[in-house]
Amino acid sequence: MSNSSTSDLLKPFKLKTKQQELLIRVSILCLVYILAFITRLFSVLRYESMIHEFDPYFNYRTTLYLTQHGFYDFWNWFDYESWYPLGRIVGGTLYPGLMVTAALIYRLLHFLRFAVHIREVCVLTAPFFASNTTLVAYFFGKEIWDSGAGLVAAILIAVCPGYISRSVAGSYDNEGVAIFALLFTFYLFVKAVNTGSLAWGLASAFGYFYMVSAWGGYVFIINLIPLYVLVLLITGRYSMRLYVAYNCMYILGMLLAMQIRFVGFQHVQSGEHMAAMGVFFLMQVFYFLDWVKHMLSDTKLFQEFLRITVTCAVAVGGIALGVGMASGYISPWTGRFYSLLDPTYAKDHIPIIASVSEHQPTAWSSFMFDFHILLFLFPAGLYFCFKRLSDATIFIVMYGLTSMYFAGVMVRLILVATPAVCLISAIAVSATVKNLTVLLRSKNKVAQIGSSKGTSSAKASSKASLDQSQPFQKNGAMALLFGAFYLLSRYATHCTWVTSEAYSSPSIVLAARGAHGNRVIFDDYREAYFWLWQNTPPDAKVMSWWDYGYQITAMGNRTVIVDNNTWNNTHIATVGRAMSSYEDEAYEIIRSLDVDYVLVVFGGVTGYSSDDINKFLWMVRIGGGVFPVIKEPDYLVNGEYRVDKGAAPKMLNCLMYKLSYYRFGEMMTEYGKPPGYDRARGVEIGNKDIKLEHLEEAFTTSNWIVRIYKVKPPNNRW
Amino acid sequence: MESFRFCFLMLTIAILASPALSDLVLSKVDRRIYLTSHIVRISSTVKVENAGPEKESLVLLAFPEQQAKNMAYLMATPHEGKGKVKNPVVALPVEAANPKDMPAALTFYSISLPMGLAEGDSFTFDVLAVFTHALRPIPEQITQADIQLVLYQDSAHYLSPYAVKVQSLSVKLPDSRIESYTKLENTKIHGSEIKYGPYENLPSFSYSPIAVHFESNLPFSVAQELVREIEISHWGNVQVTEHYKLIHGGAQSKGEFSRLDFLARPNVRGASAFRYLVANLPPRAHSVYYRDEIGNISTSHLRGDSKKTELLIEPRYPMFGGWRTAFTIGYGLPLQDFLYESDRKRFLNITFSSPMVELVIDALIVKVVLPEGSSDISVAAPFPVEQWQETKISHLDIDGRPVVVLKKTNVVPEHNQFFQVYYHFSQLSMLREPLMLISGFFFFFVACIVYMHADISISKSSASYLAKQQWEEVQAVIQQVQNIISRCLTTHDNLEASLRDLSRTGNIQACKAARKAADGLLKELSKELKPLLTFLQSSPSAAQVLPKVEELVAKERELQEKVMVKHATVVDGYEKKLGACDIENRVALQQQKLTALRQEVDDLLEFIDEI
Repeated sequence: MSNSSTSDLLKPFKLKTKQQELLIRVSILCLVYILAFITRLFSVLRYESMIHEFDPYFNYRTTLYLTQHGFYDFWNWFDYESWYPLGRIVGGTLYPGLMVTAALIYRLLHFLRFAVHIREVCVLTAPFFASNTTLVAYFFGKEIWDSGAGLVAAILIAVCPGYISRSVAGSYDNEGVAIFALLFTFYLFVKAVNTGSLAWGLASAFGYFYMVSAWGGYVFIINLIPLYVLVLLITGRYSMRLYVAYNCMYILGMLLAMQIRFVGFQHVQSGEHMAAMGVFFLMQVFYFLDWVKHMLSDTKLFQEFLRITVTCAVAVGGIALGVGMASGYISPWTGRFYSLLDPTYAKDHIPIIASVSEHQPTAWSSFMFDFHILLFLFPAGLYFCFKRLSDATIFIVMYGLTSMYFAGVMVRLILVATPAVCLISAIAVSATVKNLTVLLRSKNKVAQIGSSKGTSSAKASSKASLDQSQPFQKNGAMALLFGAFYLLSRYATHCTWVTSEAYSSPSIVLAARGAHGNRVIFDDYREAYFWLWQNTPPDAKVMSWWDYGYQITAMGNRTVIVDNNTWNNTHIATVGRAMSSYEDEAYEIIRSLDVDYVLVVFGGVTGYSSDDINKFLWMVRIGGGVFPVIKEPDYLVNGEYRVDKGAAPKMLNCLMYKLSYYRFGEMMTEYGKPPGYDRARGVEIGNKDIKLEHLEEAFTTSNWIVRIYKVKPPNNRW
Repeated sequence: MESFRFCFLMLTIAILASPALSDLVLSKVDRRIYLTSHIVRISSTVKVENAGPEKESLVLLAFPEQQAKNMAYLMATPHEGKGKVKNPVVALPVEAANPKDMPAALTFYSISLPMGLAEGDSFTFDVLAVFTHALRPIPEQITQADIQLVLYQDSAHYLSPYAVKVQSLSVKLPDSRIESYTKLENTKIHGSEIKYGPYENLPSFSYSPIAVHFESNLPFSVAQELVREIEISHWGNVQVTEHYKLIHGGAQSKGEFSRLDFLARPNVRGASAFRYLVANLPPRAHSVYYRDEIGNISTSHLRGDSKKTELLIEPRYPMFGGWRTAFTIGYGLPLQDFLYESDRKRFLNITFSSPMVELVIDALIVKVVLPEGSSDISVAAPFPVEQWQETKISHLDIDGRPVVVLKKTNVVPEHNQFFQVYYHFSQLSMLREPLMLISGFFFFFVACIVYMHADISISKSSASYLAKQQWEEVQAVIQQVQNIISRCLTTHDNLEASLRDLSRTGNIQACKAARKAADGLLKELSKELKPLLTFLQSSPSAAQVLPKVEELVAKERELQEKVMVKHATVVDGYEKKLGACDIENRVALQQQKLTALRQEVDDLLEFIDEI
């Protein structure tokens, strides 16, 4: 009785199935949106609201400039503080999307009277866009499969470590907004292909424009989409929808992209963009042939015509490309592009690309680390996609396969593969779970009805009729379902663990465990940069390896010789040469570069391993690449890199060695070890009696991580 | 040397000029110069006597220009005897004076005595003068290993426009080495204290230069600029934010800075450097932070008790001579400790200067940010300050908060006195910001609702728009069909329930009545269903759904018939008084079919629901 009365009471509030579904879907999306944001806040809670790593400091500095001076000054900004004495045209050599986005958010918040600091906006931009990416993933999933797959995709991408690695709070980098823009462009394009609507095509062109403004990875889009179109053409899936979508997206996207100064006319002049143009003309030929076929009733005539047209088109295209390449109008592929297609290319030809750890080929373990179960779900998802082939699933399959290849070539491109892997895995999860639940539900219902009807014979017969075919089906489905949920929960745990342990360290502030288990913080970088800012002349020039260039200009507010932009290899090689020469030779170079201070990073006291001594061989290689006087074997002993007594004499007396180990020989670093024991490399250093003639120690941070030397003025001759 | 020469020059001027100012005579002067900090404090006890016939109420104090330009603070109080109970001391009014016929190289201040001095009367008062930048480092540049030596110059004789009968001077130095000092007659040295005098019967404007050269490794912390922002929130908080630009004001460091030496023997190699600063914050200070432009600085300690909160902060690096740093500290204070009300006016009563210990501030700017909507603002400060108003736009402000800006140069800890800002503020203005937020969200939701209900398509005649509308109509109709079907199904359930009642009570009549009622209802429902079905048949966009809907209706009708038949059979059985077992056997087959049908109908319903 009471049961029925409560159900009567609740009747007006009872939602229809559809409404229930909508409610659940919207609340899941809201929760995922929030989850994607808060899971990226580990670093803010553990450290503080600060910008991480190296490149984000440049972005932060430019954003600051943008908000203080306005857009036109930013666009025309010539930066005297980097690449001294060359300078850098900042407005023309960066992708402004990220800065403009952050500045707009900042303006909007101030318009709404929320007086936040621009730093907070910059720190939280990446998590905010990660949240938006989950929404795009949902709609994309819905477009290619169904709303269930969309939801799973949103959840998977919200916590996927491959994406979190570049979008934690504080990692204010182009990738933070670019992955959103990438996925959004793809979604809009697939939507345009599915509907054939000009409006969606236009939207995808604008999405592409945003992507071009945000990240150099747009080249992936402008090559993947033509490839996809080509595949559709070959598999005979050419349609008017495709024609409208591609032409609209390509033409408008190209024109819009030319507005970005850094990209300029590359869309019509660079080899990397020629595939898109070729496919564009191919589309026109296809359309023309279609039209002619429609007009001509005679098939034989048409065959003839087809042959002539195709030959002409190929010939004209080939000649145009050949003439363009020969006359230099079309530039050949860049080194970075080559190194993507041929993983060994960079190692042999461009040491500056190879020296960056994130450009190394990916290890299997990092796939496992960044994708976890998605790695196994990915093939399953591909299977489902092939089973239900459509224009959209072909797209996602191609995106998944190509990006997986690139992820294998370079560690940092795991990021590009992540959305595809999440979407394809989501299809696998969603399809499997759906199949299992359909099995479970149909059975439950029958059993329920049977029991409620009450008659034993009916029960028996219904049971017999349904269970006959597949015994233990229900139990099997149950077990599989639990297995799936167990795996997914393991995935969630793994993602949280990875985020908290591996990806939430700002790398400016180093944390270690002390002897008593307490947390010790090494804040040496900021100590040094702030010292530079406060206690050197405002026009002082600081020479350091390029890794620290952005940080010195942003946090130390001083002019640097080279920075992370790495646009001028010769300049970097000059610095590398100075670091690997003897002191008096180096002094000549330093004088010629008008350097006042030299900054080195040294981890021998704390055991911090990514210091300049460990990077030194790259300096030698890059320096030697331009100045053959620097030879790598001079610094090695039997091909081995050493800093102890057995090290090469040139090594023991080069500037980098001297600056790193100056007076370190008197220092006791570890109990029971001789003085001058280098904890980062675990050896006693080979040259303890270091005298500096032309430089003097100006500042060393409390844990010796950063050491700054002042360049003395030349001696009087008389 | 230059300053010596300057002093002599000045002295000659003084002596040449020396007029008889008045008949006042200083019968006893005791001067104590404290050099134990980089802020020089001179405390003098002066006994003044009127030797002339006229009544005098003004006493002039003279300072050489060199000193006067460094003077930060000057206060005179009546002298209290040693044994007396200390009453709250009332300061004597001090004013800058510009008496005629006086040498231009001297700066004068006049003290108004509480009562005029008649002939032969005497009065004793204390004068405290505080000077900044009065210690000159010599040598001016030192290396890390050197100690810091500073030079102080003054006169052994009390410089005064009056004749002085008896006077003495003691110079208190920090407990360390004395490099050299001027030896005059009657000079004694006791540990770290140098005594000059007593000297008797010196004429007015006597001057005898002395110089003390000594070691001082005390923190020479000078804030070149300090901006204090005090923000009042009537929700219970006073937020203080202080932006410091600090410099070590002692001897410049030169040559190498060796971290190794500094780590090994910080007191020898780096004796003149200071590593930390102490701030005494008011009690119950909370949410203290310490950061600079590039982020949080983790080296600070906070201790608190009921009297005060002590904050110890370490700059990012040890401060050597001439090194600079900049940082910000901020803290919240409970509102009730600092905000009071009088005459329907509120006033903030808070200290003026920095809470840092022994800090010289070259330029101090205090900004008091009042809540938005404050009016009638006035300031009461214990000493003259520059003053103007600004506005600041902060969270949720429309036209900004009024800001009172006070500026003072050359500030020493003695200036850390309470000042008041009076203003009018209506309690209702407090609700402004919450109401703004509420209305903002309200309008946002209203906008959403309007968007959901408004038809904003541009072309009302386009094919897709029409199709969409038709589809919506079809959906509405299908919804109705579903409703009717589900009502039919409930009727079926009612019939089943009546059968159960029958088996329990055996009331055949009631059961028949139930059937009749159900029959009528079902007929009505099928009538309602007809126009809906015809609409669906006519509508082109329903073509996909139509077969399913029709199937559903047909199945339901079949189900209806079956239920009726079953009902009839069971009732019949009861009428014939058959056994329950018999009846069950009879309907078993029907029951099976019913179950299957019901299943199909449910499936169809679900399918249609998903469209």
